[in-house]
Amino acid sequence: MTDAAATPAPLAAYARLIRRRVAIVAGLGVVMVVALLFDIATGPSNLPVGEVIAGLLHPSTLSAPARVIIWEVRLPYALMAVLVGAALALAGAEMQTILNNPLASPFTLGVSSAASFGAALALVLGLAIPGLPAGWNLPALAFVFAFGSVLMLQALASLRGTGVETLVLFGIAMVFTFNALVALVQFVASQEALQQLVFWSMGSLARATWEKLAGLAFVLALTAPFSLAASWKMTALRLGEDRARSFGIAVARLRFLSLLRVSLLAATSVAFVGTIGFIGLVAPHIARLLVGEDHRFFLPASLLCGAAIMSLASVASKILVPGTLLPVGIVTALIGVPFFIALIFSRRERL
Amino acid sequence: MARTLHVEKLHVGYGRRTVIESLDLPAIAGGEVTALVGPNAAGKTTLLRALAGLNPARGSVRLDDIELTALSIAGHARHVTYMPQALPQRVALTVFEATLSALMSAREDILPAAEARAKALATLERLGIADLAMRGLDELSGGQRQLASLAQSIVREPAVLLLDEPTSALDIHHQIRVMQFVEELARERGIIVIIVLHDIAQAARFARRIVVLQNGRIAADGAPEVAVTPPMLAQVYKVEARVERCSRGMLQIMVDRPLES
Repeated sequence: MTDAAATPAPLAAYARLIRRRVAIVAGLGVVMVVALLFDIATGPSNLPVGEVIAGLLHPSTLSAPARVIIWEVRLPYALMAVLVGAALALAGAEMQTILNNPLASPFTLGVSSAASFGAALALVLGLAIPGLPAGWNLPALAFVFAFGSVLMLQALASLRGTGVETLVLFGIAMVFTFNALVALVQFVASQEALQQLVFWSMGSLARATWEKLAGLAFVLALTAPFSLAASWKMTALRLGEDRARSFGIAVARLRFLSLLRVSLLAATSVAFVGTIGFIGLVAPHIARLLVGEDHRFFLPASLLCGAAIMSLASVASKILVPGTLLPVGIVTALIGVPFFIALIFSRRERL
Repeated sequence: MARTLHVEKLHVGYGRRTVIESLDLPAIAGGEVTALVGPNAAGKTTLLRALAGLNPARGSVRLDDIELTALSIAGHARHVTYMPQALPQRVALTVFEATLSALMSAREDILPAAEARAKALATLERLGIADLAMRGLDELSGGQRQLASLAQSIVREPAVLLLDEPTSALDIHHQIRVMQFVEELARERGIIVIIVLHDIAQAARFARRIVVLQNGRIAADGAPEVAVTPPMLAQVYKVEARVERCSRGMLQIMVDRPLES
């Protein structure tokens, strides 16, 4: 008796589906690595690709200026693009599931507005956390406000009951409050501080350092395993909140822990590189089209999609205006908007 | 072995609004279907959700010797499964994946064991929807989705199966098939099945016991011929109706006209 005869047809079909999804996720990994290499090889100093790759493998063979360009500029920027893309996409995928809303993103509940307020306090009012190195004060303040806003949101929501609508309404209140506070700080800001704040909010990889990379990598390594461990519960949550609870899932707790992960990822990203839109919204959509919503595949696929898109956006930010490094936050939005509109149209057809 | 469910002094409400007050349901037997009927806003779904542990409730819900109200949501779900009336919209999952997730969400492992996959498939086969296994939930008709939803409940092999209008989207053929299936399942496994139905005739046909709710209270309770009577229909549903046995001995309800309320 052959395998095909021993296995009932639906089980064989399911096994094939799983193999295909593993292949798609692996393929996305390859796309991400290629995009990353492309990103490292692109830049205003026109280093030949061969030299860049050789320089990555054997740093000692490089000339001093080339070593600085590759190891202190391009590599940190390129890795930051990958990590930020991964973090925002994973956060976005979780957010869309726990809010049961395909239009949610990591910033839906006000994380980025709160971070902007923290940054504004640092840039305009010179607020400083004592004992921190100068370069870390602004990210630290942005992080404290971003993370604090989520804890406050959770506290408010648990007072009123833990429904999704309540959470979203409080999130909207949070967005408007922090936007108003930022505007207030901007109103009293000096010309110079205002300019700095506007530039900060654009989102740029030029703030990448090896220390920040390590910080973001740590947060990602800390949260991603928990996301994956919750993947069956998240999949079941897609069948409806009542359904998930009747399967024995403590939905309020699942949602809170997920929101904690989302806010850690989003707050760290925003603190280090500013607000970068659309990755957290669009990457999960692409992943969903590719592998469906079995979260064992959906979450990793979102993460890799986000990393790859962000990497490509980073390339675009270097070559769109030759000789100028555009803030990558602008580029992702410009790439993201047409894509997003196309997605909306394709959705409408199915509804 | 057949199980028994006891409900004593159950209070259920939303905030300050009490929907069900001090409700007693004596010994609901396993191995047969119990139907919960009543007009709109009688509290049927509220009661069912309370029994499922989804609505906060005071009082006692006992399965044999187990006090269900004292259990955590995970502990509760080991004994009881609830099938909501609302079906999920816009979900990129196949019928098989959804069924599998009903099993896997309570477990710690990421990879579904062969035994879990086989159980999911066997459930779909019993419901006659194995051919839909690899179809997306979104591609299905309302009736097919209801069957898929039923599969997610049954695959967990609960001791108490609570169904909220599981046949509302089905044609007559599938309504009867599903009701027969549920009745068979109850008998075979000795489980308790409580099912909210709109159609009293259907309830009378398949249920051994009918509980009629009105304004959160029990208006009638017993075997179909005891619970479904013209005075009950007049009092609870505000209709003038006859209840007669047809030539094949089945209870039929003929509604003549609405009564002025």
